[in-house]
Amino acid sequence: MKRTLVVLGVVALLSACGSSVKLDNVPVEDKSSSSLGSKSGAAAGGADGAGVGKGAVASVDLNKAAQDAAMQGTTRVVYFDYDSFAIRPEFQNVIVAHAKYISADKSRKVVIEGHTDERGGREYNLALGQKRAEAVRKALNTQGVSDAQLEAVSFGKEKPAMAGATEAAMEKNRRAEISYR
Amino acid sequence: MNRILNKFLLVIASLAGYCVLTPNAQAQFRVEVSGVGLTQVPVGVATFRGEDSSPQKISAIVQADLERSGLFRGVDTTGVNLDENSGPDFSSWRKRNADALLTGSVSRLADGRFDVRMHLWDVVKGQDLGAKSYAVVQADLRLAAHEIADYVYEKLTGDKGVFSTRIAYVTKRGQGFNLWVADADGESPQSALASPEPIISPAWSPNGRQLAYVSFEARKPTIYVHEIATGKRRLVANFKGSNSAPAWSPDGKTLALTLSRDGGSQLYLLDVTAAGSEPRRIAQSSAIDTEPVFTADGRFIYFVSDRGGSPQIYRVPAAGGSPERVTFSGTYNISPALSPDGRWLAYVSRISGAFKLHVMELSSGNSVAITDTIADERPSFSPNSRMLIYATQQQGKEALMTTTLDGKIKARLAGQTGDIREPDWGPFQK
Repeated sequence: MKRTLVVLGVVALLSACGSSVKLDNVPVEDKSSSSLGSKSGAAAGGADGAGVGKGAVASVDLNKAAQDAAMQGTTRVVYFDYDSFAIRPEFQNVIVAHAKYISADKSRKVVIEGHTDERGGREYNLALGQKRAEAVRKALNTQGVSDAQLEAVSFGKEKPAMAGATEAAMEKNRRAEISYR
Repeated sequence: MNRILNKFLLVIASLAGYCVLTPNAQAQFRVEVSGVGLTQVPVGVATFRGEDSSPQKISAIVQADLERSGLFRGVDTTGVNLDENSGPDFSSWRKRNADALLTGSVSRLADGRFDVRMHLWDVVKGQDLGAKSYAVVQADLRLAAHEIADYVYEKLTGDKGVFSTRIAYVTKRGQGFNLWVADADGESPQSALASPEPIISPAWSPNGRQLAYVSFEARKPTIYVHEIATGKRRLVANFKGSNSAPAWSPDGKTLALTLSRDGGSQLYLLDVTAAGSEPRRIAQSSAIDTEPVFTADGRFIYFVSDRGGSPQIYRVPAAGGSPERVTFSGTYNISPALSPDGRWLAYVSRISGAFKLHVMELSSGNSVAITDTIADERPSFSPNSRMLIYATQQQGKEALMTTTLDGKIKARLAGQTGDIREPDWGPFQK
């Protein structure tokens, strides 16, 4: 269970200068820091300053973290062949292990993140990554996991596991990651 | 010699500008003419009087703008000492083979602003083509130069110029991402958004005041509408699964987008005038449907689908109906962009493993590749339909290029550190 808190100091630095008024009266400013403070704040509140207040307490459930640690011996990554969305036979036992674990506790939420290699357009790759994520979601369904516990999303080619355009890198990037949230 | 000097001055001027505006940004635009247009109007752009003590070299910015359009070439103006009040000696300018002459001056007003004045002459006819003046703060000197270039462009071609419009693009530096808004020549970039997670697919609203884009800040793709002047952001699409590929309807009231909430990547329309409105599904298929874009009249939506076995461009009536295929050659045609005048479709086609920008004349269906690069992405038309901006790679580095529709005149947005991608050309300034 990872919790990341990201502070965007750069934003303040950038907005500190250049508040010029254009001839067309449409100055560009950056006031994004308020709604981008943390991953949970952005997810829950979205825009308009909704989200975590000053007095908020972020609840960390060590029990759950311990349970998730139980799955650390099992890989969370399923790799795919070029231009393919089929789950290779060697990953079948990975699917079964995760399915069993997710089904055991109906409160568990899992996001399956699809990824592609770097070739081609960003939006089309996002759709291809979605197909990979959904292939894993359907395989988990088949093993009895409820759809309510699963969400298939895509990062397209935006988050490569390995940099570079080598075949080795691209093999590592064509993947779906099972992420416990 | 003078051209080289001008470019040098342009670089110096831009460096000076950035120190004031954005300490992080070091973008600078160089015109790299990689082909020769058939008819280029020769224009003399005389050094503006007082330019030496101005923070921006107005004449260099104007000349670079005009040359990047592919319709003009600069005539040597070395040693010329003119301003907007000078009566030019037309015969000597004809001898220099100039068709038109731009003169002007920059001076500082008592209140600290700058007074920029210009005068345009038709050298061939010996005609006065008009004079203008602009009183601007220092930060708007470049904008004044772009508006002068627009004036020259419109007087000499009859079309509206796009030099005073803005572009949006995304950079990646280390693990950080920025969404930038910059002048159409890439200068004066200002960060609209900084995020630790990727940002893709920025799209200008038709009124030029908002950007819709896909942000991964929630560790999944969601769509925001972001008001540029205030920084106010609104999360408009955060449905289960992926939310991506926002495109504005011409009236600015609706976004076409790609959602996977019902399984697969499918097209929807979302009313963005009311919060929490329910998306309406269009063009249902069991395949990938994505990258929607409205025609300028709002009647059709072009999009990418692999329903035929490979990604191709289709179009469907925005009111609903059956899709028809638009691209037929090749096995990978994506990222459609439509010219505002309705004549052209730009898209990226994979040919022998290379991703190349193509332009199709819609009336004939004839299509040509207009680049010699191999990783072109995401074309976007200038609002006057005469140019395109697109992302590509040069020497293994991401780059943004502008090009004329025939591919003959290209210019590179150089100097941004890190990767630069996802351009979108904004509308005419209102």
